Amino acid sequence: MKDSPFLPKSNVADSTLERRARRLLATPSWLEQLWQRLQLSGDRVFHGVLLSFACAILLLVGLLGYELVRNSWLSLTTFGLSFLTSSTWDPVAQHFGVLPFLYGTVVSSLLALCVATPLSIGVALWLTEMVPRWLAEPASFLVELLAAIPSVIYGLWGVFVLVPWVRAFVEPTLATTLGFLPLFQGPTMGIGMLTAGLILTIMILPFIISVCREMFLAVPANLREAALALGATRWEMIRLAVLPVSRSGIIGAVILGLGRAVGETMAVTMVIGNRPQIALSLFAPASTMASVIANEFTEATSELYLQALIEVGLVLLVVTVVINALARLLVWSISSKVEGIRLE
Amino acid sequence: MTGRDRVRKITNWAATLGATLCTLLALVPLFLIFGYLLIKGVAALDLNFFTQLPKPVGEPGGGMANAIVGTFILIGLACTLGLPTGILAGVYLAEFGNSRLGWNIRFAADVLNGVPSIVIGIFAYTLLVLPMKGFSAYAGGVALGVMMIPVVTRTTEEIVRLVPHSLREASLALGVPVWRTTLKIVMRTARAGIVTGALLAVARIAGETAPLLFTAFGNRFWHQGLDQPIAALTVQIYTYAISPFEDWHRQAWAGALVLLGLVLLSSLAVRLLVRGRFMEVR
Repeated sequence: MKDSPFLPKSNVADSTLERRARRLLATPSWLEQLWQRLQLSGDRVFHGVLLSFACAILLLVGLLGYELVRNSWLSLTTFGLSFLTSSTWDPVAQHFGVLPFLYGTVVSSLLALCVATPLSIGVALWLTEMVPRWLAEPASFLVELLAAIPSVIYGLWGVFVLVPWVRAFVEPTLATTLGFLPLFQGPTMGIGMLTAGLILTIMILPFIISVCREMFLAVPANLREAALALGATRWEMIRLAVLPVSRSGIIGAVILGLGRAVGETMAVTMVIGNRPQIALSLFAPASTMASVIANEFTEATSELYLQALIEVGLVLLVVTVVINALARLLVWSISSKVEGIRLE
Repeated sequence: MTGRDRVRKITNWAATLGATLCTLLALVPLFLIFGYLLIKGVAALDLNFFTQLPKPVGEPGGGMANAIVGTFILIGLACTLGLPTGILAGVYLAEFGNSRLGWNIRFAADVLNGVPSIVIGIFAYTLLVLPMKGFSAYAGGVALGVMMIPVVTRTTEEIVRLVPHSLREASLALGVPVWRTTLKIVMRTARAGIVTGALLAVARIAGETAPLLFTAFGNRFWHQGLDQPIAALTVQIYTYAISPFEDWHRQAWAGALVLLGLVLLSSLAVRLLVRGRFMEVR
């Protein structure tokens, strides 16, 4: 029999009455069992709560896909596959095709990658291999700062600083030197594909740099030392030891940057000119998938128009998910090969 | 020195120069943006900006007080959705996540992290704006909250994983049930790191515009209830920047400066936290 918590422990000689009272007030064994079970089920409840919140993420992703499909069903069934191949985007005639925006997204992102990739590799090499020790931390802080600037501020700066500069300087220069290429022909307006590509370049730089840097830092020191011991110069060491080892990591970084560029909305919307056309010239205004959604969503007057825009969002989602999955696979494959690489 | 060696030296020198130039080139836009923001923003910034509503078109003056308040309300709403979900899911992944389910959840969080913000905006639109038949602060908050979840989840998971096993074992050996161990020992140890992750997520969403365009929508008046459209600093900057009015452009720069200040402050807080207390966990 247990002592009751409600009575003082007596060292007086026990009377029958007191013994009875104690027995009466003692914690019954079933209550004790319940308490123990509660303690145990506390764990179960806790686990259940955590699990449900974790599963909420799975649910959220599923719901995201479901909602996009459900709300673009009209457009999906009306246009079918021709949505992907049609280059007409005509809200008046109620005919919608995503091709001009797909083109705009692909070209502006590729343009950005073409400039950003060599630049990022250069910066990452400088930050890991060449920087004076005292400068390393401030320099990488500045690079990270580029990633902290909100997209809309890039857009604002793009509209009022970059666009006039491109119109007055970059486009005329390109037109006179490389004007024989169809890429650099036509009126120079400042807004257009070229400016969008430039602003995207600036925006994806910090992401590619930071991943490349991780990759370079993860190259084992003995490889570098071996190269240097054989009399290699610093550049030869980079070329022979650093770059080959981190090659697939660099590709992963570039694809990750591509994922960023594809989904970027505000800055691009503000400088690309928003015209649903496929023009070979980089000077011409264009439109990307993200920019057309940002630009026309609140103006969509008919049900079909709105659903077509949501379907553009669905296409954009699929494209980014595929790109990101690809990048992760690449980076994962290399990080399992080389110990100690972690992303972000 | 042979000619070949000279070529090698020159190549090495050229490579160093090239990389240095790359870095300088990459930092030029940063300095330009900060320079323009400071010059144009400070010139346009005055007390009215923080205290007054926007004036009607054509009338100079006025401010963005409603948008600043709106941004904070939206961040608050986003946190009420994003923080509990993110933190609890992160703890789950760290403590019980070594399973197939855990791997799937981690993958889902990564997918969610990569979804473009504008698509999240559409999601919140279909989920809330369509059924409620109107733009609302709720919809904006949900859009931002969904964006926070993957960031908070992954940072929480990483931090909680850093908590030494000996602490858990000591607590369990004393007969403390798992749930109390996790809440009182593990999460308390990882507290600073979890806060860091939360701040990181706030810094990420504070500057978002795209998911708010057709959820929170913007408003030229003070906050009128959470089921009504609400102003946000970012949306206001966007609207003003693409408008044809000179005075609005001026205010857009001021707004951008304030917004950048906000974002940098939270990033700075993260850096300080990371340097300071969270090292103790390691």
